[in-house]
Amino acid sequence: MGAGHGGVLGAAYLAGDSPVHRMEPHLKLVAVLGFALVVVATPVDAAWAWAAYGGYLALVLGAAAVAGVGPGRLGRGLAIEVPFVLFALLLPFVAQGPRVEVAGIAVSESGLVAAGGLLAKATLSVLAAVVLAATTEPRALLQGLERLRLPSLLVQILMFMIRYADVVGGELKRMRVARESRGFEGRNLSALRVLGPAAGSLFVRSYERGERVHLAMLSRGYTGRMPGGPAAAVPVQAWLTALVLPLGAAAVLASGLMFG
Amino acid sequence: MHVPDGFLDVQTSAATAAVAAGGVALALRGARRELDERTAPLAGLTAAFVFAVQMVNFPVGAGTSGHLMGGVLAAVLVGPWTAILCMTVVLMVQALLFADGGLTALGTNVTLLGLVAVAVGWAVFRLLAAVLPRSRGGVLAAAGMGAFVSVPVAALAFVGLFAVGGVADVPLGTVAMAMGGVHVLIGLGEAAITVAVAGAVLAVRPDLVYGARALRRAALLAERPASVPAGAQ
Repeated sequence: MGAGHGGVLGAAYLAGDSPVHRMEPHLKLVAVLGFALVVVATPVDAAWAWAAYGGYLALVLGAAAVAGVGPGRLGRGLAIEVPFVLFALLLPFVAQGPRVEVAGIAVSESGLVAAGGLLAKATLSVLAAVVLAATTEPRALLQGLERLRLPSLLVQILMFMIRYADVVGGELKRMRVARESRGFEGRNLSALRVLGPAAGSLFVRSYERGERVHLAMLSRGYTGRMPGGPAAAVPVQAWLTALVLPLGAAAVLASGLMFG
Repeated sequence: MHVPDGFLDVQTSAATAAVAAGGVALALRGARRELDERTAPLAGLTAAFVFAVQMVNFPVGAGTSGHLMGGVLAAVLVGPWTAILCMTVVLMVQALLFADGGLTALGTNVTLLGLVAVAVGWAVFRLLAAVLPRSRGGVLAAAGMGAFVSVPVAALAFVGLFAVGGVADVPLGTVAMAMGGVHVLIGLGEAAITVAVAGAVLAVRPDLVYGARALRRAALLAERPASVPAGAQ
């Protein structure tokens, strides 16, 4: 699934040949998860918290620069955060504790600190996840999850979902075109009488497709496991390169804890 | 609405990740009972269906629209264990490919939207289905009620987690009221969509609705012809 025909699930992938693109997918998963863990573990109320966030930001932006993921892509990735920005903006008003004046309005000090921490942490993690999604094809992600010992059945379900999401989504789109070309406009709850059966028949079609796919796989020798090639050993050098991101973040956190 | 990274502290995230891993391991065993060796393709396609339907915005009136969470709908259609797997897979794809819901919060999201929502919704569905008359209306009413209850319960479970491992000092009563209130409304939408979709499937392919197996058995005994005429296949 390349950029041209990746469909809805491959849309986040940016074709490229950077060192981050070439990195083994399971190393990238470990790196991003480790980075997110360090970010989450940073205490929000420490005096040096914002310096640490700055350090993390430099690390993740560095990774994005090496991967060739531009600011536009990173910005679009952040749009997913919007509901939480709203939640975080409410926190200073509803949280308890001593009040401070900000622009003439009394807000909770602890709420303000927590909201800032929440936004910073969510933003940093989303940035790292955007770099991961932009440099790793869905198929490669599956291989990575498999190498991280995710149960084989779960990997297979994921594989089917990723392979067929575009097919099912395409059927949904054709149904919408058909509906709208017949003058349908969903305005209120009565639209459910049209949309419900549409979704229902989408389920029937998806399920029947699943049955057909299963029969086709059986006739090609499927026994409940997917054949996989032997996994190549990963050199220590590759691990070290991948772990620059989480270890760098951990170093920032450790120096904050020690000297902050 | 998925929990992002940083909402809950590391201990709570790790604990919910352990709960999620245990629940998913149980679901992997249970789903084999529901779908035997067809589990992978059928659960995968059902997950693709849930993912697609989540992208449809259903109008809820007054210019607002909502989308389905789908846990209880999937449970009624394909069985609770498979539904848990479908929700898990959808949440994984959203976290890994769309950065929607944090990676460290994946366990929390799977626990809330997969385990809690499906388990509570399915329990309500089974209870009501046992009490209500064994009819299409009874099954749909039970499904709607299960879907309705699952949403505020998952929201309150989140408030509970926030009380244990939240990073802000907020009055919990207020948060619980606000989250509960908003999610009762969202639950009404979830129930309406679940009933509409399950009703449509029940009308055309009642044999595909796992939650309506009781209806199907009765109908099959009455309707199956004595012998298949030659050449009918």
